This record gives sequence, C-alpha cells and structure tokens, in this order.
Amino acid sequence: MIQLVDIHKSFKNQKVLDGLHLEVEGGKTTVIIGLSGGGKSVLLKHMIGLLKPDSGSVIVDGEDITKMNDRDLNETRKKFGMLFQEAALFDSMNVFENVAFPLREHTKMTESQIGDRVQSRLQDVGLVGVEEKMPSELSGGMKKRVGLARALVMEPRIVLFDEPTTGLDPIMTEAIDRLIYESQKKYNLTCVVISHDLKSIFDIGHRIAMLYDGKIIGYGTPDEMKNSENPVIRQFLTGSLEGPISVV
Amino acid sequence: MGRVIAFFDRFGRSIFSALEEMGSMLLLFLSVVAWAGRPPFKTRLIIKQMEFVGVKSIFVVVLTGLFTGMVMTLQIYYGFRMFSAEALVGSTVALGMARELGPVLTALMVTARAGSAMAAELGTMRVTEQIDALYVMAANPVKTLIVPRVIAGITMLPVLTVVSVFVGVLGGYFVGVPILDINKGMFIKNITTYVSLSDIYNGLIKAAFFGFILSFVGCYKGFTTTGGAEGVGKSTTEAVVVAAITILISDYFLTALMF
Repeated sequence: MIQLVDIHKSFKNQKVLDGLHLEVEGGKTTVIIGLSGGGKSVLLKHMIGLLKPDSGSVIVDGEDITKMNDRDLNETRKKFGMLFQEAALFDSMNVFENVAFPLREHTKMTESQIGDRVQSRLQDVGLVGVEEKMPSELSGGMKKRVGLARALVMEPRIVLFDEPTTGLDPIMTEAIDRLIYESQKKYNLTCVVISHDLKSIFDIGHRIAMLYDGKIIGYGTPDEMKNSENPVIRQFLTGSLEGPISVV
Repeated sequence: MGRVIAFFDRFGRSIFSALEEMGSMLLLFLSVVAWAGRPPFKTRLIIKQMEFVGVKSIFVVVLTGLFTGMVMTLQIYYGFRMFSAEALVGSTVALGMARELGPVLTALMVTARAGSAMAAELGTMRVTEQIDALYVMAANPVKTLIVPRVIAGITMLPVLTVVSVFVGVLGGYFVGVPILDINKGMFIKNITTYVSLSDIYNGLIKAAFFGFILSFVGCYKGFTTTGGAEGVGKSTTEAVVVAAITILISDYFLTALMF
C-alpha cells in the first residue's frame, strides 16, 4: 500500500533519513518507533508528500508521489487522514467547523448531511455537545479526539498518527489507543502510528518498525520485535541506559 | 587575511540569503496570482478578511486622519500667514491628505494593526502544524489563507484612505475656520478648485498598492515562520518593519511616476 524505497533526506548538513526502506501493509497498523529527534515525523511527512526526499521514491497504491504534480498529489492526499502531534485544529474555527472543514472543501454534501457526518464522527470519538467549543477551550485529550474525528471524516483508507498519546495521562492514553484500535477495525484502515509509549506500541501495532540512524533496522510483529536479537531494538524496548544507544 | 576572507564569506552569504528570500517571495507572489484567478472563490473567507482589515481598522484610521488634518492645518496656517495666503490652507491640507498622507498614514496604521496580525496568525498556524493540516486535507493554504488576505488588503486600503482623507479635511476645517478664523467660503472653494479628481484617483491607486504590500509581506513572513514562539515574534516584527519601509520607499517612486 505504501512503499518507501531508498529514501535519503538531509536538512542542511544533518542527514535524517539515510537509504530508508519500508513497506506499510494495507489494512494493518504499523507502529514506527525510534529515538526522539530520530526522523520519525520526517518519515511520516514523506508518506503524505509534506516533505520531498532528496532521493528515493514514496509509492502509494502503485504511484510514486514524489514525481506527482500538485493536483495529482492532492488527489492522492484525499486517501489519507492525519492526526498531528498537537492535533493542529484550526484556532479560528469551532469543533464542528474543524471536523466539517474537509467535507466543505471537497464534497457537495448539504449542510444537513455534513451535520450528520460530523455528529457521527464526534460520537465515534466519544465527544458529544462540544461542537460549539473553540479549540482553546478543549483539553489535550479532547483536542486529539477532535483531530481524530477530523482525520476520519472523509472516510480515508490510510490514517497517519504522529505521536497520538504524547503528553496525555495514562487513562486518556488508553482511551486514544482504543479509539485507534477500534477505528482501524471498524473502517479496515491502514494506520501508521509514531509512538514512544511501549504499552501503546504493543496494544495497537500489527507490525512494528524501528527507525535508527536514518534506516529501518527492524520490522516485524510485536512478538518478533520483543524477541529480536538486535541489541538496539532490545535496548529501546527495555528502556535501558546500557547498550549501543548512548544518550548521556 | 583570514578576517578579509571571513568578511567576504559573510557578505556573500548575506547576498545569497537576500536573493533566496526574494526568489521565494516571487514564487509565493506567482502562486497568489495563480490561485486568485482559479475558482471556486472563497467568498466567505474574503469577506471575513475584508471585515478584519477594513471595518475593524476604521477607528484607528479616523483618529490618525483627523489629528493629521488638524495638525497640518495649524502648521500650514503659520507658514502661509507670512504670505497672506491663509485662504489656501484648506486646499493644501486636502491635497496633502489625498495625494500623500491619507494613503501613507492609513497604510502604516493598517500595517501595524492588520499586517502584524496576519504574520502572527499565519506564523502560529505554521509552527502548530495547522498549515501542514491544510496540505494534508488537500486544501491549498495559499488559496485558503493568503489570497483572501491579499484581496482584502488591496480592496480595503482605498476605502480606508477615502475615510482618512475625508476626516483629515474635516479636521482641517474645524481647526481652520472656527479656531484660526480662515474664511469659510474660501477654505471650501479652494479645495474644489485646486484638488482634481486625478489627485484622488492616484492616491487611491497608491493605497491599493500599499494594501497589497502590507498584506503580502504579512502573509509571506507568517507563512515562512520557523522556530516556535520566538519565530512567530520575529516574523511579526519583520513583517511590520519590511512592509513599512517598502511602503515609504515605493511611495516616493509611485509619486514620481504619477504626479
């Protein structure tokens, strides 16, 4: 469904992705793990064409999006939804308008159809009665849930999650994980999730990929990753200070 | 020798960086032009921005226009009295307001109020990934965010300038006639005699141009913001400084061309 082939990306003199290969399977949740500042968000932004690689291909449904013009890229983006790290809700719009935005932008739905669809998505994420609230009036967890409703409102086939549970309390983390899990099952989504939260990783991931040093150094099911012999993966998953990853 | 090389190195880098910025401004300008002409037109967003740039700036524009007209009358009166030319005070104030101070002062005030707000709003949207969210939702940010603001700038500045010139002349009248005792009839008649329609038209063309500068610079600076809250502050300051300087410099050339 999504293939990243030999991706190289540098910012000024800093190499972030260095010959990265990854294949994301359709209808499954792939969790990308790796060190903070290691290029996970950069990798995610390549999948949807927010960043272009210095070299390499990003293939979505058989088409290389790095070679597309803006119009074709926009068409491909309609297959995607994305939940940003801080939800990225539009400050100037209330919750309803935020969730309705893609529908108003790309469909000819009537206001009543839009209203029904927005209500249904807000119900999916457990938010009712907040339609008139502005993003500044919402808690971090509520913002993420509104962001998820907005990401799902166009019924995308692929949803990208950039650290969906960072900064949330354990209960809200569990709630968001469950929402991701249930949404993936309900709509048979292809999900790519960046996460640091070890519990989340194993709760929601069908596949786990470890990004280290600009490359995917391990890929497999949660069990395969847990039993990996790779010392970097072992150190990361055990959260140990001892090992090949030196932090201090 | 090392210092000389370092100097040329810094000099060369600053030239390249300036050229790079000019190139990126030109690309954004072309993109704005292309998207402005491509339907569907975002009428609701354009009206919202027109309200923000136009209606919400009226108070500050009236205040500056009024007091500028009043103080100009005082100053010109003391100069013209030396030549017994007090009757020409009204027309001189009107000409000055229509050709110069109306468009320039309005543009500077709107730059401070709306241009800075555009840079801050778009800058915040950039650093909080709201602009990325627009791209992800296949909604072009240039069409959604920049085009409505630029259209509002171009259309609202001439309207605000008309208001500014009108209240400026009115302020001049209230200082000139009742306080300085200039003949009421001569004050008004000389305005209609010496101020031609082309003075007003040209002032309004200038205002539209300044409206473009302040909105485009505000949007460009906001749109290209990097580096979190500090970056937003820097963009906002730069937007005001660059727009104000560009308005004043271009005012000279526009005046030289027009009048």
